[in-house]
Amino acid sequence: MRKNKLVALALGAFALTSLTQCFTKKKDEGKHLYETHCQSCHMEDGSGLKGLIPPLAKADYLQTHRDELPCLIRQGMAGSIVVNGVEYNKEMPGVESLREDHITNLLNYIQTNFGNKNERYTMQEVERLMQACPKAP
Amino acid sequence: MNKRNKLSLKSGFAVAAFALVATSFYGCDSQGGSSANTLPIYGEREPVERTVDGKTVTDTIYHQIPDFAFVDQDSQRVTQETVAGKIYVTDFFFTTCPTICPKMKSQMLRVYEAYKENPDVLLLSHSIDPTHDTVAVLRDYADRLGIETQKWHLLTGDKDSIYDMAMQYLVPAQADGGAEGGFTHGGHFILMDGQRRIRGIYDGTKPESVDKLIDDIPLLLNEKKDEKK
Ligand code: HEC
Repeated sequence: MRKNKLVALALGAFALTSLTQCFTKKKDEGKHLYETHCQSCHMEDGSGLKGLIPPLAKADYLQTHRDELPCLIRQGMAGSIVVNGVEYNKEMPGVESLREDHITNLLNYIQTNFGNKNERYTMQEVERLMQACPKAP
Repeated sequence: MNKRNKLSLKSGFAVAAFALVATSFYGCDSQGGSSANTLPIYGEREPVERTVDGKTVTDTIYHQIPDFAFVDQDSQRVTQETVAGKIYVTDFFFTTCPTICPKMKSQMLRVYEAYKENPDVLLLSHSIDPTHDTVAVLRDYADRLGIETQKWHLLTGDKDSIYDMAMQYLVPAQADGGAEGGFTHGGHFILMDGQRRIRGIYDGTKPESVDKLIDDIPLLLNEKKDEKK
């Protein structure tokens, strides 16, 4: 049946891409992490998706909730929030595997790209903020 | 890590593979030259012989999407009647998809904007997670996208029928507990003509591919005009 052929094709492609992943260079960690974990939703230019996914580009939230961002990335978020005057309410998954140094680089990438010119984080600051992350229920 | 990239890449490969499969079907046909201003007809085809005035003529039966019945974000029934004689673009997604869907939807919005004013072009997006994506969920999703139902139907319905449809449109889709979000599916946009035949397969995660789709639609619109003459 055709279905099996489709699945086989997809699986073959999957194996191939896993292989090529091993050769990606470790360069520009913040950007790389963004492309890996965030870009699929927040888009290449940080613009988000209409009323579904909030923008990171010129988002007031990045400044008004600066201290919460490290925990937000690791733990994700849900519930209604307002970004640049627009209401959003959709779940964002966290990325538990990210270490403090990863999160620092990632946040600094976001805070200084997409038209943002916000204050950078130090690794110590991120470590301190993450000690206060709300405990998972 | 890096699952997200893998998934979208994977679908990229799948698109290539499908294009290959599709073009090999297409390649078997001697008369089907895709000149600059016609689009190929994809899918399997069957020669059928019939007798006219004592002579045998061969007709080609093209792959046509069978009848269907789903429900959209306004609880309206959407069937083959809804798309009869219209050109439509279709894809498969689910509202909680963390991987390729946001990109697909941002690209589908471009198609939506480009043909918003043209009543002969419709968009149909099927949810492959219809248990979660009820009419109410799709309604909220549509509101947040800011789209009009008459132009862009988000479809839910019987799960098996939706997966069968995906196969008919040559789009891979399956429930997969191991995948992020619980499903894997191709990011294809399929361009359909007024007779429910597949006329184009595009990668809905790639702006260049969607540019081509937007450019190809007028070719089908012209075909329609010619038929009417
Ligand atoms: C599955 C899609 C998805 C992914 C992947 C994703 N986000 Fe989000 N993000 C969202 C949604 C949806 C919200 C809004 C959450 C809400 O409504 O409570 C959000 C909100 C945010 C916010 C706060 C609002 C704003 O726009 O400033 C930040 C900051 C953020 N995300 C950063 C990230 C970062 C960094 C990553 C990568 C580690 C990431 N997101 C990955 C969907 C996603």
